[in-house]
Amino acid sequence: MSASNAQPSPALHVNGLALARGGRRLVSGIDLLLAPGNVVFLRGPNGAGKTSLLLALAGVLRPESGTIRMVGGDDGEPAERRVHLLLPQSGMKARLTVRENLDFWRALNGPTGLASEAALERVGLGGLGAIEAGHLSTGQLKRLGLARLLVSHRAIWLLDEPQSALDAEGEALVGALIGAHVAAGGAAVVTTHHDIAITPPAAVLTLTLGATR
Amino acid sequence: MSGFSALVARDIRLAFRAGGEAFTLVVFFVMIAVVAPFAIGPDKVLLARLAPGLVWIAALLSMLLGLDRLFRADAEDGSLLLLRHAGLPLEAVVAAKLIAHWLVTALPLIVATPLLAVLLSMDPAMWGATVLSLACGTPALVAFGAIGAAVTVGLPRGGVLAAVLIAPLSIPVVIFGVGAIAGQQAGSALLLLLALSLVTCAVSPFAAALALRTGEE
Repeated sequence: MSASNAQPSPALHVNGLALARGGRRLVSGIDLLLAPGNVVFLRGPNGAGKTSLLLALAGVLRPESGTIRMVGGDDGEPAERRVHLLLPQSGMKARLTVRENLDFWRALNGPTGLASEAALERVGLGGLGAIEAGHLSTGQLKRLGLARLLVSHRAIWLLDEPQSALDAEGEALVGALIGAHVAAGGAAVVTTHHDIAITPPAAVLTLTLGATR
Repeated sequence: MSGFSALVARDIRLAFRAGGEAFTLVVFFVMIAVVAPFAIGPDKVLLARLAPGLVWIAALLSMLLGLDRLFRADAEDGSLLLLRHAGLPLEAVVAAKLIAHWLVTALPLIVATPLLAVLLSMDPAMWGATVLSLACGTPALVAFGAIGAAVTVGLPRGGVLAAVLIAPLSIPVVIFGVGAIAGQQAGSALLLLLALSLVTCAVSPFAAALALRTGEE
């Protein structure tokens, strides 16, 4: 996490990364530079290691070899507090209301983004704040997960299939949220099987991982 | 509200909303004391002599029963992974969860002790010593339990295994806990119990956080 140059937002440098899970080599020789304003799409067949790569970038999985460095941004802030992770599991409690869930993550991650009500409005859940999250549909839960990214500002978004379970309007919403995030100097790594139209258009890089069967 | 208190508040809220699991543990705790006179016989003198041990066995079993929920629910819905990226270190996250867990599993037991005092024919002085002993000793049980729960969170049905792992570690807590109620040197037993709680509560967040971090790989 050493940084000497004063960049406005951190960048992610990945060098010669190799990942293994369960004794099986998933990906190797990954080189990646994620600069502010960039979007990287991770594509590839099931089992190619997209999610594992995302988790490695998040610091959850330890790489077999290679390095992941975060350069620039706020010095001294641990790397894991500069990334937002969006996973298929929402991390929302079914027995808490939508609003309680979102307020919790806002308090925990720091209220550095939108207000909870505004974030719910943005993802199309306005007016649903008082119902229990367990009563939401899968797509609505996904939207609530997206709202979590908005209530606390983090420079790097790591999104695992953010558009799954979403309707056409929701997919457009994902594109717009990523677009607004990178336009403001953020960066995103997104695993996906479909094209996501980023609006406004951003510098997009596609990394295709091969199947290793 | 700070992240730490938000986490404590969330866990307490969940415990009382998820079908009253906290309440179930208290009922279990009281049930053991209800069953004891039937098993031992209605001899009041004998019951009063066994009471400190029975209370601690009941407390230990109730706490072991509640152990599994400490991290498993968060692991299942994905929030455990997200908590690793929280605005506070994972050690602080674990500490907050420990505090909340003590408040929803141990504190209700202490509140329920007057019932046990009646059922096991304790005198008021012994009841007072029981409250003090449980208050000083249960933090150590929670702290040990957190390590067990963190180690087994990745295993399906790890809850029973966690209880088996933690039960031997809990023996000193039970020894000094009972000693603090009815021992020859109740005062020093209570101090040792308190020391045990302080040390385990200081170490446990770090050990449990380490187990959670490495468990993912």
